[in-house]
Amino acid sequence: MSETEGSEQQLPAGNGADELPESRAPHRVIGTPPPARARTLLEAPPGEGEPPAPRELPAEPANLPQAKRAERVVAALFILSMLASIGFIAAYVGLEVGTVSGTARSNLVLGLAMSVAFGALAVGAVIWVRFLMPQVELTEERKPLASTPQQRAEFAKTFTEGAEASGFAKRKLVRRTLIAATVPLALAPIVLLRDMGPLPGTSLRHTAWRKGMRLLVYGPNTPLRPADFAIPGQMITVVPDGYQDNLDALAKATTIILKFAPGQLLPPTNLNWTVDGIVAYSKICTHVGCPVALYEQTTHHILCPCHQSTFDAARGAKVIFGPAARPLPQLPLGTDAAGYLIATSDYHEPVGPSFWERG
Amino acid sequence: MSPERNRGKKLSGKKPRRRHPAAGYAVLIAGLVAVGVVYAAITGAGSAATAATAGGPSAADIAKGQAIFADTCSSCHGMNAQGTTAGPSLVGVGAAAVDFQMSTGRMPGKDLDAEMPRKPVVFTTAQIHQVADYISSLGGGPAIPSAAQVSTGGADLALGQQLFITNCAQCHNFAGAGGALTNGKYAPALTHSTPTQMYEAMLTGPEAMPVFSDTTVTPAQKRDIIAYVTTVRAEPNPGGFSLGRVGPVTEGLVAFLGGIAALVFAAIWITMKRREA
Amino acid sequence: MSKTTDALLDGTGRFLDDRLRTARPVRGFLRKIFPDHWSFLLGEIALYSFIILLLTGTFLTLFFQPSMTEVVYHGAYTPLRGVRMSEAYASTLNISFDVRGGLLMRQIHHWAALLFMAAIMVHMLRVFFTGAYRKPREFNWLIGIALFTLGMLEGLFGYSLPDDLLSGTGLKITQGVLQSIPIVGTYGSFFLFGGEFPGHLIIPRLYIIHVLLIPGILLALISAHLFFMFHQKHTQMPGKGRTNTNVVGAPMYPYFMAKTGAFFFFIFAVLALLSTFAQINPIWLFGPYNPSGITAGSQPDFYMGALEGALRIMPAWEWNVLGHTFAFNVFIPALLPLGIIFTGAALWPFLEQWVTGDYREHHVLDRPRNAATRTAVGMAAITFYGVLWLEGANDIIADQLQIPLFTLTWIARFAVFLGPVVAYWVTKRICLGLQRKDAHLLEHGVETGVIRQLPTGEYVELTRPVDEETQAVLEYNRVGAPQLPASPAAGDTGEIPAPGTRGPLGRLRLGLNRVLTEGIPIEGDGHGNGHGDGHGNGHSAPAAVTAGEQAATEPAAQQGGTDGEETGH
Repeated sequence: MSETEGSEQQLPAGNGADELPESRAPHRVIGTPPPARARTLLEAPPGEGEPPAPRELPAEPANLPQAKRAERVVAALFILSMLASIGFIAAYVGLEVGTVSGTARSNLVLGLAMSVAFGALAVGAVIWVRFLMPQVELTEERKPLASTPQQRAEFAKTFTEGAEASGFAKRKLVRRTLIAATVPLALAPIVLLRDMGPLPGTSLRHTAWRKGMRLLVYGPNTPLRPADFAIPGQMITVVPDGYQDNLDALAKATTIILKFAPGQLLPPTNLNWTVDGIVAYSKICTHVGCPVALYEQTTHHILCPCHQSTFDAARGAKVIFGPAARPLPQLPLGTDAAGYLIATSDYHEPVGPSFWERG
Repeated sequence: MSPERNRGKKLSGKKPRRRHPAAGYAVLIAGLVAVGVVYAAITGAGSAATAATAGGPSAADIAKGQAIFADTCSSCHGMNAQGTTAGPSLVGVGAAAVDFQMSTGRMPGKDLDAEMPRKPVVFTTAQIHQVADYISSLGGGPAIPSAAQVSTGGADLALGQQLFITNCAQCHNFAGAGGALTNGKYAPALTHSTPTQMYEAMLTGPEAMPVFSDTTVTPAQKRDIIAYVTTVRAEPNPGGFSLGRVGPVTEGLVAFLGGIAALVFAAIWITMKRREA
Repeated sequence: MSKTTDALLDGTGRFLDDRLRTARPVRGFLRKIFPDHWSFLLGEIALYSFIILLLTGTFLTLFFQPSMTEVVYHGAYTPLRGVRMSEAYASTLNISFDVRGGLLMRQIHHWAALLFMAAIMVHMLRVFFTGAYRKPREFNWLIGIALFTLGMLEGLFGYSLPDDLLSGTGLKITQGVLQSIPIVGTYGSFFLFGGEFPGHLIIPRLYIIHVLLIPGILLALISAHLFFMFHQKHTQMPGKGRTNTNVVGAPMYPYFMAKTGAFFFFIFAVLALLSTFAQINPIWLFGPYNPSGITAGSQPDFYMGALEGALRIMPAWEWNVLGHTFAFNVFIPALLPLGIIFTGAALWPFLEQWVTGDYREHHVLDRPRNAATRTAVGMAAITFYGVLWLEGANDIIADQLQIPLFTLTWIARFAVFLGPVVAYWVTKRICLGLQRKDAHLLEHGVETGVIRQLPTGEYVELTRPVDEETQAVLEYNRVGAPQLPASPAAGDTGEIPAPGTRGPLGRLRLGLNRVLTEGIPIEGDGHGNGHGDGHGNGHSAPAAVTAGEQAATEPAAQQGGTDGEETGH
């Protein structure tokens, strides 16, 4: 790496003569001072040795008056930055948070202070580079990246000699048993991941709904009678009784119920699973599982906001547009002795997105 | 009438039967009032299905409402609010629906579009209530909520948040900024909705919006939802400008148009070749 | 400099050099030449955004709790008091409202993530359109694609950590997509989430992937990316005095160091400004994640937008065969569009080498117009990606511009195929037109606006040849590639076809070569005076001849790539 880091080597002559390994032999590029001269940062005392070599980088920019003006601007900007940073610290100490408006104020002041601090530094630095530093354009030569054939040959020789010396190629038994040893070792970390999770089993085929489970209005978690849900065009989200705080269960069991006027519900909606024109559909979209709940009561369309799968609620929630391939499963409804809406069984098909074993 | 004409006509003996310009309207109104009074007498008061206002609407209010209705609304909704191809029947929608539609300026509707947008309000509150009384008298329906029903003091914000996210945000967006529905319809932003309008919308389910009756989402729960919406709406945005409160789409736009653009300009400035003076 | 500073520097220098032999390599580093062009700073935006992400991210880890244990909130944000939420969400609320500067740090972190991805995109496009990915820089190109992919994942996992409604919906979509993969999908989903969705393990797992695993890989890849760039030296734009075997510019010390440092502060300042005035990811408005709730306008962060659009655009295709389901409607959009783009991008340098037969090193960049087909393919890819990106925001667009929702999807379904074709054709024509303009400029010179009347009565406009700098730029590197030997002409049965051009693959190669190297030739010697009618006398003849001669004497290797059998007529 050190060979190529230094950009001073000319294109090699090709005969390897310049390739002195680890040589401290000086290399020259036009414009650099002769390496034999000891280089210090101090000015050479007058009269000693050769005249100083030409500079690569001039010390002063070309336009000195402009530079003087620029210097003042840069200084002012750096002072502004310093004040802004101090302001940041002061604002941090002085401004309270703990309310929305307090946070708003603190964010505004801290943010502004930080922006000015960095921005002034940035602008000052750029003006410094552009106006206080002399403009230069230097040229550096590239070497071809490929090594010389000689170097490649030397590498090949070293490599093959080492391979032969290691005996890896010659001694088949050792080699083969080594490979045999590494294979299960490499598999072991993968095997260790097995307990990351349980096997799916049949859990994707069922939800928490069971026969006789009451429908609870999600939020207040109160049960519902058909008479309370009697106006056509109504919609509400319901969850199974006992599972209202179980997010894992809700991720599959959340359901919406819709009220239709008599005669509006049509096949393939299963009318045996409805109560008084109240129909229940899974709220988990059959595309990739977002809650599907944009119900348009005029068109009876249920729209999923994620990818716009649209289902016709009057016709068994069959798909009428969008990427979902299956209708929303319908939950069979009934009423219990006290008159509350209940599920008469779990969904008759898996809810949510498709999966390989779904059938 | 000029004296000459009058004299002339009188002299000829024939008494000119010149109708008063307002005569026709007077007859019409009289007829409508008569019909209305007779109808109201026959059908009785509208069903008091939900919260009743203290004392029923006066016959005068109903009459005035009927007049406005006949003028403005009947062309689409029919003379007896029975509906036409242009507008649905209003029998049974209730005073709440009328108050919502008219107080948001959606009604009187202009161009028949996918959805009626909120517009500048045409009628005064009193007039709107009169029309509401009239429509309510035709077939009952939900009444205009009282001030107590929409007051948000002491509301349960946590329950309101949960109900809003579960039943409202999918159309109206998490902050009530609105969203698209199918076929050109949309759920409007809630920025200008008053608590009364929100209550009425939930109660009556205007246009494509589903109905959230008081037996399913109780009045207290409606207050909680309204409290949550109005609180969040009024809240300052502590992080700066809200970018519309629609989420990552506007944020991505600002990242490119604001962030990358500014930095490209900075890069151009940094690398500009300065012409030697 | 003062004597004390000199002595100090001297002492430090000797101390280090005695132990590490630093003098030569560090001097090489200090003198390293960096070519100057604003578009070379785009990668730096990504680099410095990454550093800012590390800094602000470390701050956030001091306060964030990666736990899905449910708590009831009683903190500073009143509308959510009494709401049940995960500790992750509650701690994010705490950072936002109870930690001074917390909201600022959160916002800078998120804006920096957006800027990181946006910068990667524009940097990648710059590298593609200028051909900087060519040999010897293919490694860097591949590393860049890896960085892009990892960045997307890192951002996705990062904004999912607060466990809010919007990002939780995204996790649910991820789970649904994972589940749909044939054979292994359900197992993958259960292993990732530790059971059913949402479970209580996903946030802690995403946390460690987000703060340790991926940043470690990113750091390693970025270091490799920078090291290669240093080792191979940066490319440069064509210009006077710039050749394929040199680098022209200002040295690292003090120029480039100062400029890059200044740019770092610029980036930090822009991020701070954004975080002061533009609210991002207001999780308190979304509420905690609940699988029963969803918001209208559910989108991921913009760099996932194309995936989202692909999911929305897809028609409802699903096969149910022998008790198993192939959910094409899910795993095709998840894998195919980005798969095509990333695989195509990764293969492109090698494909271009094979088609053009050009295996040389390239250190001078192409002007996009001079590589018309490459630019056109790039624009087609951008159009493809862009249509999917816009479709990902289709409900926001439908609401704001009042276009019906389904109409937008139908338009996108056609545009995603037709758009790239149109973009390819239009871009190619534009590039060729610009090439023609450049050729015209070189041949005929710049119009001066001075009219002269000739003795014959004719009016001609005087032109002057372009200045040297422009000439160097215009002439350099015309789709530079040695032409593949053409297949033998129909009647020429005696000739043996060149290696690499035989068989169907070889014919494909020749065909692609013709397309890829299509360009407008600069007329060389002779032609400068050839079309003499009308404007032959207008320009100063010696200059035209010099221009023509210069064009003709350019080594063929540099100027190859004209179509057909260019034999220097």
